[in-house]
Amino acid sequence: MTGNHQSLALLLFSAFVAVTLGITTWVSRNRHGSAEEFYAGGRLFSPLENGFAIAGDYMSAASFLGISGLIALFGYDGLLYSVGFLVAWLVVLFLVAELVRNCGRFTLADVVAARMRERPVRIAAGTSSVTVSVLYLVAQMVGAGSLVALLLGRTSEAAQAWTVIGVGALMIVYVSLGGMRATTWIQIVKAVLLLGGTVALTVLVLVRFHGDFDRLLLTAADRSGHGAAFLAPGLKYGGDWTARFDFMSLGLALVLGTAGLPHILSRFYTVPTARAARRSVVWSIGLIGGFYLMTIVLGFGAAAIVGPDAVRGSNAAGNTAVPLLALDLGGGADSTGGTVLFAVVAAVAFATILAVVAGITLASSASVAHDLYASLRRRRGTPRSEVTVARTAAVGIGVAAIALGLLARDLNVAFLVGLAFAVAASANLPVLLYSLFWRGFTTRGAVWAVYGGLVPALALVALSPVVSGSPESLFPGVDFQYFPLQNPGLVSIPLGFLAGWLGTVTSAEEPDEAKHAETEVRSLTGAGAV
Amino acid sequence: MQSSNGRPRGGGPESPAGSQEPPTPSALGAPDGAGYDDPWYDALASGWGESPGGGPAGAVPPARPAPEKVAAADVYLQVQRSQAFQEVRSRYRRFVVPAVTGFFAWYVGYVVAATTAPGLMAHPVVGAVNVAMLAGLGQFLSTFLLTWAYARHARLRRDRAALELRWDTQELTRGARGGAS
Repeated sequence: MTGNHQSLALLLFSAFVAVTLGITTWVSRNRHGSAEEFYAGGRLFSPLENGFAIAGDYMSAASFLGISGLIALFGYDGLLYSVGFLVAWLVVLFLVAELVRNCGRFTLADVVAARMRERPVRIAAGTSSVTVSVLYLVAQMVGAGSLVALLLGRTSEAAQAWTVIGVGALMIVYVSLGGMRATTWIQIVKAVLLLGGTVALTVLVLVRFHGDFDRLLLTAADRSGHGAAFLAPGLKYGGDWTARFDFMSLGLALVLGTAGLPHILSRFYTVPTARAARRSVVWSIGLIGGFYLMTIVLGFGAAAIVGPDAVRGSNAAGNTAVPLLALDLGGGADSTGGTVLFAVVAAVAFATILAVVAGITLASSASVAHDLYASLRRRRGTPRSEVTVARTAAVGIGVAAIALGLLARDLNVAFLVGLAFAVAASANLPVLLYSLFWRGFTTRGAVWAVYGGLVPALALVALSPVVSGSPESLFPGVDFQYFPLQNPGLVSIPLGFLAGWLGTVTSAEEPDEAKHAETEVRSLTGAGAV
Repeated sequence: MQSSNGRPRGGGPESPAGSQEPPTPSALGAPDGAGYDDPWYDALASGWGESPGGGPAGAVPPARPAPEKVAAADVYLQVQRSQAFQEVRSRYRRFVVPAVTGFFAWYVGYVVAATTAPGLMAHPVVGAVNVAMLAGLGQFLSTFLLTWAYARHARLRRDRAALELRWDTQELTRGARGGAS
């Protein structure tokens, strides 16, 4: 990449940073400092705004660059991967969004704790929420470092390290000063930029093929060297049976995990009613679905126009497929159009990472302050002091994420995103669904459901080939691999549900009929919702 | 208006209704009417294509305030047993249970077929489009359709009844001030 790309991309990115810092300052100028304001942005966002913010929260750089790269390299299997990310939203829409909005205040634990003995449940749900957030956050931070290396051609250690530090510092500033209101607006701006960039590239690809999708596919298949196999499943996930079960595990984790992601759940509290929560999910499904459809066009477009060999030559994981495609669509490496498009794609990818990490940091600081701190330290505190704790927690989590991001810089952390979804599906979803729908669910069941999903998920990963026993592992030198799959979801998700059931049927505690009635009535009618 | 929506501003953590606010006579007198000019009820979509058949569930308002004071905890049991609530709940479940079963089976079937039967999925249909491509795009399409169907079902068949129940429940909880929770 030449110097032109770099300086223009840096310029655009600085503009984005300036705008987002402006938003943060403007928002925090007349803030009230209440918990309502910090965690939920005052709860007065419109469904349209929240729909864009949810989309901005959800569409990560891994989706934008990673999935289109997968399609460019492996064809249909990339598409197969992307489907899970969208279908998951039906679980959110049908079972979670409205009911959680009606029952909770700020976090997942609110919904569960309303029916149970509060302290153990809050500690359990808070722990699993923070775990999910940290896994996702580290994946994004490491991704940010390598993205700079890829897009700006600065592969030096120092450049990567400073990127991780810079991203971490910015997200701390956004979250601790601006809270949910600033985070939401940053996500909205990012979603508009990302969708705008994707639409422009998609139109250019389709224009190149005169709107003939069939010919686009045929050209991509031709150029891939795989022929018709490029358009059918099997190139990436179709190897031996371990690989196949691994993909089923990943697919299950994706489709069930989204509904347990803390930063997604916290977005439903930013709108006034359950009805508005539902309409924001409808908006976000439209936006996210459209985005993934365009990603498919971009992926096959990159295979047809750039060619898988050039993509693989630039980055083995395919992450540079879209930037290379942009360069080509703009008119080639030395043209103005190519330079501009490339810089736009790079800046959009940076913006994407910043917005996503801000959302996760905010959600995990809410879990720390509202669930863990409030339960572990039984101090008498006003809501104001809880916000102070949350701001401090945001700084702490940010610093921890920077440290982990720097430590894991050279490790292969691509599995972390799938792992975050698997933990969310194993530890957060069972307890949430049981609390909302099962009359006989008890405190012990809730605690067991969380730990019964969380512990197996993490233990299985520790024993899996991503940690040890193969050349691509975190620790290639040692071998304590006993579990064959990279993603634990296939085993740990049923275990989470099973543990919740087992804990409930073995507990001596009588389920509280009145509390269940309260949860059910509140969840479906919105009575008493804040 | 403020008292009728019973929104506890920065109130106690889990208190179910705005029990801090004294009940105003007008709010108590017109629990039904209070709903529709309420700012929390989104006016934009409420008038859209309300089909004649899908009006308020069980036109009878649920539990009227009982003459004697009931504990707040009992209010929810009382509402839960009311016919209007059970109607809302069964409408929700009658849509959600088959829909969740359907799309989940369809997704799992798709993933299993893609990983275990690539030959079937590679079967060409027309041009470059094969079974796998149709199934993948079908997943997108079914997601969009189910989203639309759910939103429409909730808007036409649940929202109004749920809103009426919400105000009634909050009136009852307010009447039962001093109760548990």
